[in-house]
Amino acid sequence: MKTEIEKPARPIHDSEDYLEQAIQAEYKYGFVTNIEADEAPKGLNENIIRFISEKKNEPAWMLDWRLKAFTHWQKMKEPAWANIQYDPIDYQDIKYYSAPKQKVKPKSLDEIDPELRRTFEKLGISLDEQKRLSGVAVDAVVDSVSIGTTFKAQLAELGIIFCSISEAIQEHPELIKEYLSSVVPITDNYFSALNAAVFTDGSFVYIPKGVRCPMELSTYFRINAENTGQFERTLIIADEGSYVSYLEGCTAPMRDENQLHAAVVELIAMKDAEIKYSTVQNWYPGDKNGNGGIYNFVTKRGICKGDNSKISWTQVETGSAITWKYPSVILKGDNSVGEFYSVAVTNNYQQADTGTKMMHLGKNTKSRIVSKGISAGFSNNSYRGLVQVNKNATNARNFSQCDSLLLGDKCGAHTFPYIEVKNNSSVVEHEATTSKIGEDQLFYCNQRGMDTETAVALIINGFAKEVMNQLPMEFAVEAQKLLAISLEGSVG
Amino acid sequence: MDTTTYIKEQFDQLQSADSGSQLSAKRQDAFTAFSNWGIPTTRHEEWKYTRIGSFFNKSFEIGASKSISIDAYRLPGHETANELVFINGQYSAELSSIRSKELTVISLEEALQNEYADIANKHFNHSASYLKDGINALNTAFVTKGAVFAAVKKGKIVSHPVYIYNITDGQVLALPRTLVHLGENAQIQIVETFASVSKSESLTNQVMEIVVEKDAILEYCKIQNENEHANQVSTTHIRQTGKSLVNAVTISLNGGIVRNNTNVVMEASYCEAHLYGLYFPKGNTLIDNHTVVDNVEPHCFSNELYKGMLDENGTGVFNGKIFVRQPAQKTNAFQSNKNVLLSDAASVNTKPQLEIFADDVKCSHGCTVGKLDEEGLFYLQSRGVPEKTAKAMLLHGFAGDILEKIKLAPIRAYVDQLIADRLEFEIA
Repeated sequence: MKTEIEKPARPIHDSEDYLEQAIQAEYKYGFVTNIEADEAPKGLNENIIRFISEKKNEPAWMLDWRLKAFTHWQKMKEPAWANIQYDPIDYQDIKYYSAPKQKVKPKSLDEIDPELRRTFEKLGISLDEQKRLSGVAVDAVVDSVSIGTTFKAQLAELGIIFCSISEAIQEHPELIKEYLSSVVPITDNYFSALNAAVFTDGSFVYIPKGVRCPMELSTYFRINAENTGQFERTLIIADEGSYVSYLEGCTAPMRDENQLHAAVVELIAMKDAEIKYSTVQNWYPGDKNGNGGIYNFVTKRGICKGDNSKISWTQVETGSAITWKYPSVILKGDNSVGEFYSVAVTNNYQQADTGTKMMHLGKNTKSRIVSKGISAGFSNNSYRGLVQVNKNATNARNFSQCDSLLLGDKCGAHTFPYIEVKNNSSVVEHEATTSKIGEDQLFYCNQRGMDTETAVALIINGFAKEVMNQLPMEFAVEAQKLLAISLEGSVG
Repeated sequence: MDTTTYIKEQFDQLQSADSGSQLSAKRQDAFTAFSNWGIPTTRHEEWKYTRIGSFFNKSFEIGASKSISIDAYRLPGHETANELVFINGQYSAELSSIRSKELTVISLEEALQNEYADIANKHFNHSASYLKDGINALNTAFVTKGAVFAAVKKGKIVSHPVYIYNITDGQVLALPRTLVHLGENAQIQIVETFASVSKSESLTNQVMEIVVEKDAILEYCKIQNENEHANQVSTTHIRQTGKSLVNAVTISLNGGIVRNNTNVVMEASYCEAHLYGLYFPKGNTLIDNHTVVDNVEPHCFSNELYKGMLDENGTGVFNGKIFVRQPAQKTNAFQSNKNVLLSDAASVNTKPQLEIFADDVKCSHGCTVGKLDEEGLFYLQSRGVPEKTAKAMLLHGFAGDILEKIKLAPIRAYVDQLIADRLEFEIA
């Protein structure tokens, strides 16, 4: 009797199939929520800024501050040094204010528009669920305004202030006056000046002396409305001896046009304080032909103001058509520590130019940079970093490692590390490698009975592990899934 | 009168005096580019750490060839070497001596018209597509009869090394220009050096383009050990048009501002290049090494090692670029930059840069900045070696990695001695 060789149910994938699959993987947060929004007309001028300021019921000094930033911004030129290409942005074609319409200001989370709450449920951050189960305090920002902060009362008992920045301007003007734009001056760069002029909301955190924040604080940003830009501003102050871990997540609907996101984040760590800031950025990256997607131009900077303080940035960047982002640390206090852990994944026509700056000013300061870039499709992924050791920063120490993995032969990986050392007691080391997944590694896995898809996932996970390990639990799972969606099996 | 106005005047004079020349149109294009780009400021990414603008506020003269004695500047082994001498940027035939019959040295203008016309026209000013700044264009704008074309025919091995002297005399802006062509399977050893007769401030903006054809071998060495008034922008632009081998060593010990552009463009498969550099500034010297390795075709190999010892107020700049184009699969490209800061006032700015568009590659770069190994020092001191000698020994060893790459024995010994003198160290 003739036995037919049974065909495998699933064809054995070759690398091309995998790449195809990865490219076609859909963006799962691309839905649009139909909520009425309260919007400003398109365009940018002084009146719009006055409009925003008025909407937010801001004091006069805040308006002056915004106008000053706007005047300065008008004199500035858009930077062109980054390794990214995009059509010029028409700043007059953007709506600078869009808020989900609500009749009255919600007193509790239960009063928030149910449609909006469903959005957050879809995103996996059901506000009340969060409240009950995970113990993560969430501040959610849709389009331009903060729509709800959970766990506020519990935090207040410890003296921790966690609220939207608009609220902080009203309630804690002395802190805002002292610290807002103290790390990122309004004149710092083109996008930070723009942000200062038109920012509409964001989060504010203050941890009092000696308090260890008992839970992870978290913000979810979402761009929902069409033609809007999102400009949020986050300010975190950790007073002497305190500790806080802060998480940030971002998503946006799928739209054909490009949307602008220009945020500013400022961190201030006083003596003996520690701030840990984690981001999972998953803005809509555009479709497989490179149409649409978010332009993400973000300025993030922290200052280790006091001795023995520490700031740690961790980021997983999988979204956005363009990422332009350099979370930095100014190591001013003696013995302060700065860390930067990053995984940046680009696929299709995404472009990422990201990295960090470590500015050593104090004595015995230490910094560590671990950057992992993964490029696939037609994308370009650049690491751009600066390690600067000033003359007085004696005994400074830096270690940087940037590894790039190329999946496919149409993508690019670039590294631009700047190292400037001005004293002779410091030690700076930098190393970088670029390669594809080793055929021997794949062969080894295959030979142990693992299909190529699983093997690639395993290897990529291993590649990014050093960074993933830095993420808080709540994010680590999501980040690993994201990585799997973006790249599963795109190499053979 | 500032130098920019002066340059314009000189250019107009040159163009009207030499209007019939083949070079005239090339000069005009370059001068237009120069006028558009201007002198690079520190806002120019490639000149971020090196300020040269101030030279163009001074009254430099664009030099004419003079007859001087060059005995004091000759390199060891010159008795059996081919010597090419440039005085103030102009080739001087009477001071030069060509001893190898395999080597043809003619003026560039002549080469553009005789049997070498195709080669000269094809390869002249290729560097302009890599160096998009006014400095490179300025050199091309003043290409005159004093520019040289050197060629080695297919299968020929130049029996004696070629020593090239760039000498300045007076407060001058010297613009030497050379195009070297290595035919298939040819071999040459080039040693280039700089010297100045007087202590007046000068700027040498030199461009040498070298074309390396299939199976050819190029050994290149540059030695810069000038006084603090002598400044240089020295461009060495190497094209590997066939599977070939290039070894280049750059030794920069002293000077005012020293800027080297060392480019290697690999235009064929299976090319191999090794770039080595040592910089050891003291005083207020700034030494800036910019290198480019551009991999255009697959299966190429490049290795780059630059080491710096920075003393007193010395500043070191390193920018190493590796490009791997999309077709250049199976490229292996490595780069390493190591710096030792010997004084608290010394500084270093380094930027190892990779730009990779192909996936099947192995590329890496590494970079370190630090002080002398304390354990090594302690070990030597515990064996009774005085601290000063111990330091010198360690530094001599550090430099040794680069020195041993110089193939020509007399030159290697000469450079070794220069370094030992600086370290006040006796070579055993």
